[in-house]
Amino acid sequence: MVLLTVNGERISTNVDPSTPLLWFLRDNLQLTGTKYGCGMALCGACTVHVNGEAVRACVTPIATVAGKKITTIEVIGKSPIGKKVQDAWIAEDVVQCGYCQSGQIMSASALLTKNAAPSDAQIDAAMSGNICRCGTYNRVRSAIKLAAGGKAKSPAKPAAKKTAKA
Amino acid sequence: MEKLFAIPKAPIVKKPSRRDFLKVSAVAGSGLVIGFNLSLGNKMAAAQAPATDLNQPNAFLKIARDGTVTVQVKHLEFGQGVMTSLPMLVAEELGCDFTKVRSELAPAAPIYAHTAFGMQMTGGSTSVANSWDQLRTVGAMARTMLVSAAAQRWKVDASTCRVNNGVVTSAGKRATFGELADAAAKLPTPKNVVLKVAKDFTLIGKPTRRLDAPAKVNGSARFGIDMTPTQIPNLHTALIAHAPTFGAKVKKFNADKVSGIPGVTHVVQLSHGVAVVGKSFWAAKTGRDALQIEWDLEAGSKADTVKMRQAYRDMAKTPGLVAKKGNPDAFKTVAKSVVAEYEMPYLAHAAMEPLNCTVAITGDKCEVWVGSQFQTVDAGAAATIAGVPPQNVKLNTMIAGGGFGRRANPTSDYIVEAVEIAKKAGVPVKTVWTREDDMKGGYYRPMYVHRIEAGLDAANKIAAWNHTIVGQSIIAGTAFEGFMVKDGVDATSVEGVADTPYDIANMHATLHTTKPGVPGLWWRSVGHTHTAYAMETMMDDLAALAGIDPVAFRRAYLTKHPRVLATLNLAAQKANWGTALPKGRARGVAVHESFGSVVAHVVEVSIDKGELKLHRIVSAIDCGLVVNPLTVTAQVESAVVYGLSAALYGKITLKDGVVEQSNYHDYPVVRMAEMPPVEVSIVPGGARPTGVGEPGTPPIAPAVSNAIFALTGKRLRTLPFDVVSLSA
Repeated sequence: MVLLTVNGERISTNVDPSTPLLWFLRDNLQLTGTKYGCGMALCGACTVHVNGEAVRACVTPIATVAGKKITTIEVIGKSPIGKKVQDAWIAEDVVQCGYCQSGQIMSASALLTKNAAPSDAQIDAAMSGNICRCGTYNRVRSAIKLAAGGKAKSPAKPAAKKTAKA
Repeated sequence: MEKLFAIPKAPIVKKPSRRDFLKVSAVAGSGLVIGFNLSLGNKMAAAQAPATDLNQPNAFLKIARDGTVTVQVKHLEFGQGVMTSLPMLVAEELGCDFTKVRSELAPAAPIYAHTAFGMQMTGGSTSVANSWDQLRTVGAMARTMLVSAAAQRWKVDASTCRVNNGVVTSAGKRATFGELADAAAKLPTPKNVVLKVAKDFTLIGKPTRRLDAPAKVNGSARFGIDMTPTQIPNLHTALIAHAPTFGAKVKKFNADKVSGIPGVTHVVQLSHGVAVVGKSFWAAKTGRDALQIEWDLEAGSKADTVKMRQAYRDMAKTPGLVAKKGNPDAFKTVAKSVVAEYEMPYLAHAAMEPLNCTVAITGDKCEVWVGSQFQTVDAGAAATIAGVPPQNVKLNTMIAGGGFGRRANPTSDYIVEAVEIAKKAGVPVKTVWTREDDMKGGYYRPMYVHRIEAGLDAANKIAAWNHTIVGQSIIAGTAFEGFMVKDGVDATSVEGVADTPYDIANMHATLHTTKPGVPGLWWRSVGHTHTAYAMETMMDDLAALAGIDPVAFRRAYLTKHPRVLATLNLAAQKANWGTALPKGRARGVAVHESFGSVVAHVVEVSIDKGELKLHRIVSAIDCGLVVNPLTVTAQVESAVVYGLSAALYGKITLKDGVVEQSNYHDYPVVRMAEMPPVEVSIVPGGARPTGVGEPGTPPIAPAVSNAIFALTGKRLRTLPFDVVSLSA
């Protein structure tokens, strides 16, 4: 029996204690926003917060998070920093396929919680564990700076109003 | 794939008839639905009648009573932005409020066939191009019907009506699209519609943020891998132990021991491996890890890339089948020459979402949920394996976490396997490939060797270029062979060489097609991935041999190709080509035409203590008429990173038939800290959209290589780059 808190909800489970947190979240709780990418903590797609720290859920046995507070992408927008990060992601039009973005956003939120104004080197250090095969890295960087209170680098104008003559 | 069919020129006035379109009068006032007439308009669907409810699968556009406009996107969304750019085409003509536009991925159905390729598919950077007339026409038809409904209601002439942001007005009267949708649905289909001319566009060409972004930043976007028992009751997860070598067979395995593992429900022998089915991923994986399989390796591939490279290099010294006829003897009379061999390895697509497929078979019906670039092919394969009539297969297209060509497989490998497991296990099944399965699973960008003998005459003009390519055919043995292999030459093996825009005297190109026993497939930009490297680094070598600036040297051979020339010039101008750089830095340039578009990159590099550093990438693209500049910029950035990962790291090797790489530690990709700024400029103009997703990839590796050459004088001809060798 493992007791833990997931997204504010207290949960007890009797799954095999060696089950990685990732698969407990995805298969048992059906919280599928946290993604599987490599299973070896190489890509960061599975990043969640454990007591506020960015952790790779794919290599975290559920037994090791007993008594801890897990936060996933599904509720990160409820925190002020998480919301800022999500808004910045949309403002900078970051996502492409989107598969890695849950992990990117969780890593970025953890970074900004500890460091309100990270430098480029600090962003590199915090984010280089998150792989994006679509290559959104420069936009991720811009979005983190925007969320930290900077200016948008590539502002997208809203869709213009349309007029059509019948 | 882009050469399969030519994209037809756009007439401004479209005359759809009842044979082409069907306006569906929706039941019980559920709004206006525009689809295509299946029974007459598409010979592939002769037996099918369109459904008449709002959720019918054969619509392109639905306008609901609340004014919501839903566009069914016939292509796969796997990052390239079609869930935004295709609705823009509809909305431009419809005149709706774009904030009320929703996009959904269309299931497999004949009406969603690619207008040039004749089957439902995503590839060749053609999604916007092939939809350009079709979806604008859909929007214009709907607008015409909404206006007619308003005119009838108000008893005014339709020409007095104006459409703005989802509202029709005339002489003080006003009605929203939602209010008019039911009445519009009862009207006859317009006999012809007039499409806007480009100068009147108000949405097309405007930077427009992605419609799929909100769901992708809060975890709610459901990818194929995210199917759960909530969506499909009793859904199980299956992992597959694939053969260690391509083609090896199972002799025997310990099913009894594995089926006793908690959570494991079925152990299923497949034609090419063993599947373990369980209540969860972890249960199935625990079961798979416990499998002991004895393989019959005699039937399997013995491919060995070390042996292949020597064999390929030997072959490259002899002429192959002619792909471009020139004068090979001209090389004997040149004044100066370069002879070079190039080696490009196998490459895995390594998309972030590992392959997966969900299948539920009920009686004689088979439903599939999958991120597919080849819906028509995959649905057909599912029918064959499930043993059900093709019309009993429903294939739901799921958004995909990348694909880069891997999800466009003529053999439907990961779909066939999932259907086989679901059928044998007798329960709904989601297969999940581990990263290792995905990396070792084959269908790679094939390994190639190029050999070029090129020379200059006394005036430093290129006077000879003998080019031989060695490598396997992606197309041979597939249903595409008849279209794309001519006289033994697979067009995708030689594209970028045989059709080079450079006006080179006596250029002669030949191809040796090999059969190494390793499954190959298209990989973002297909043949251009290797041909652009050989072409653009040789052009650089020849420029150096001639003592001419690399940009100026190229210009002289591009006089008949103004788009290529203009794109090269724009990149050079934006990169301040020719101006001084800080000590220890150098620039390189490359330009390449593919998928109807042209991309040029200028890269600035330095090397410090054996480490290559990229400082700046300046890119220019001519992709014809731009629909969404944000998408174009994002795709060029994306194509750059994808190509850089291959140039710096990408390499799949085989020893005794076994793939030696397994995960991102031994198949590394570019990460954030290595990423330089990428500045993208768009060449304005163009009457129609051309490709965007792929054309940025081919020129990036040669641009970096050319910068390294400018910096060090050393020419890298084997990919990925051996950067360590440069500091020696």
